[in-house]
Amino acid sequence: MLAQFLQFLFSGITVGATYALAALGFTLIYNASNVINFAQGEFIMLGGMLAVFFTQAGLPLPVALMLAILIPAIVGVLIEKLAIEPVKGAEPVTLIIITIGASLVIRGLSAVIFGKGTHSLPAFSGDAPIEILGATLLPQSLWVLGVTAVVVLALWYFFNRTLHGKAMLATSFNRLAAELVGINTSWVLFMSFAMSAALGALGGILLTPITLTSYDVGIMLGLKGFVAAVLGGLGNGLGAVVGGLLVGILEAMGAGYISSAYKDAMPFVLILFILFFMPRGLFGGKSTDRV
Amino acid sequence: MKKSVYNGLYLVIAILLVLPFVLPNSFYLDLVIRMAINAVIVLGLNLLIGFAGQISLGHAGFLGIGAYASAVLPTHFGWHPLLAMGAGAATTGILAALVARPIFKLKGNYLAMATLGLGIIINIALRNEAQWTGGPDGMPVPGMGLFGFELASDKHWYWVVALLLSVSVWASLNLIDSPFGRALRALHGSEVAAQVVGVDIVRYKVAIFVLSAVFASLMGSVTAHYVGFVSPNFADFFHSIELVTMVVIGGMASVYGSLVGAVLLTALPQALATFEGWETVVFGAILMLSMIFLPKGLVPTLAAKFGKGN
Repeated sequence: MLAQFLQFLFSGITVGATYALAALGFTLIYNASNVINFAQGEFIMLGGMLAVFFTQAGLPLPVALMLAILIPAIVGVLIEKLAIEPVKGAEPVTLIIITIGASLVIRGLSAVIFGKGTHSLPAFSGDAPIEILGATLLPQSLWVLGVTAVVVLALWYFFNRTLHGKAMLATSFNRLAAELVGINTSWVLFMSFAMSAALGALGGILLTPITLTSYDVGIMLGLKGFVAAVLGGLGNGLGAVVGGLLVGILEAMGAGYISSAYKDAMPFVLILFILFFMPRGLFGGKSTDRV
Repeated sequence: MKKSVYNGLYLVIAILLVLPFVLPNSFYLDLVIRMAINAVIVLGLNLLIGFAGQISLGHAGFLGIGAYASAVLPTHFGWHPLLAMGAGAATTGILAALVARPIFKLKGNYLAMATLGLGIIINIALRNEAQWTGGPDGMPVPGMGLFGFELASDKHWYWVVALLLSVSVWASLNLIDSPFGRALRALHGSEVAAQVVGVDIVRYKVAIFVLSAVFASLMGSVTAHYVGFVSPNFADFFHSIELVTMVVIGGMASVYGSLVGAVLLTALPQALATFEGWETVVFGAILMLSMIFLPKGLVPTLAAKFGKGN
């Protein structure tokens, strides 16, 4: 009983950590620009696919992983420069459609370049499971959790202790006021897309040894990241992390105790409930009703 | 309403009357039927996205409910196809209303999310309830008869669909120019201003959302009977995006734009058949480029360019 519960919990927290990274990505971009980036999932997919591609090409793992984070970050910046900035101030509908367009382009190109097959990446430090109270934990899960924790702390430091981070926060609160005190808000947008894409890619890289990857995993991962972001209160960093873990745990528990066939539906049922009863999410203090 | 607005409708009807006699073979007849079916769905979706400014990323889900109602109820329960179609439309309407009411109190992004989630849940359910739906493989749909007359050949279907399309264009034109349509456009322009002049914005948004969802459900049923087969791809997320693309490329808030969008994007996969794999890239690029460079879509932009105004 306990062992089984722990097993579901472990797998839920592991996957949930990558949803948290995706949710942080949504949050960064939403705060800087009020854009919901529907291409966030494709960054996760790109991270995993590029890591596989570069390691198979014979590059040493650290170099391959660096490239697998760097390239999606560049793609993110390109999307911002070429597609988001030219339509500054457009309606949400327009921005949603543009980012969906971007996601289709990335997804289609990946299918053409990497093929439609499923790819795997070897775990970073072996596959020998660790036993805890009858449940097993893969070393890769520790990598996922450890790296996510480091990233969350680093982001916290960045936003609270560095000038650049504070400039980004200021922009998210009030863009005009930030510009008046001399903050380069277009740099902030640039940074938020780069960081968001890098976070997504990192999540994808960490998760690939556990769940495999293919050109079409982006949609689901991105959507679940978005569910996590909304669950935690869109635009709230802490909320994004808690939301991610909750979505992961709910999904694993649902798959284990209710029905594995409906595993992917659980986050969406959850989000409908959240939107009905708690439209601002768990930690959403800020008003969602902007005019 | 100015009489000139109807000129386009007469043109549509004229084209529909002539088409079956000039199409070289049944391949093109089939393509035109699919274009017309998509056009009707897109007309409904455009009322929501283009005129009211609210997005739905789950319309294929509603289409799927209609299609599967027409497949499952007559097959497993012996319902009359028309009754099944009505049941599908009613289910869709109720579901859409349930989702819309709380969601429309929030702004665009949340509606996108809720509709997207609903579409995905519907799709997953259709895939998993294999004992009823045939699972991922889909299932055959029984034939459709009207008053003892069996709708069997493509020609029969052509006239049914042509009639539906003509009526939909006419209804859309009238709806947009009615007080209801003006209220929709008002809330798209500025919700605050619309509220100030007494428009109950939530009620109107819910009404147009339900209407467009029911449109999609009914056409889902029609498609299912026409094709004779349904599969979960009907309710796929990508299909929802295709429908939104049709609205956007043709022209948001343009009735004739919807027709052009549906025609172009239904033909596109045929044209791209030789570039297998690039279809998704092209769809995505069209979405991005048209939003950046032609934010109003093809028809309104061209109309403005040639000075015809609206």
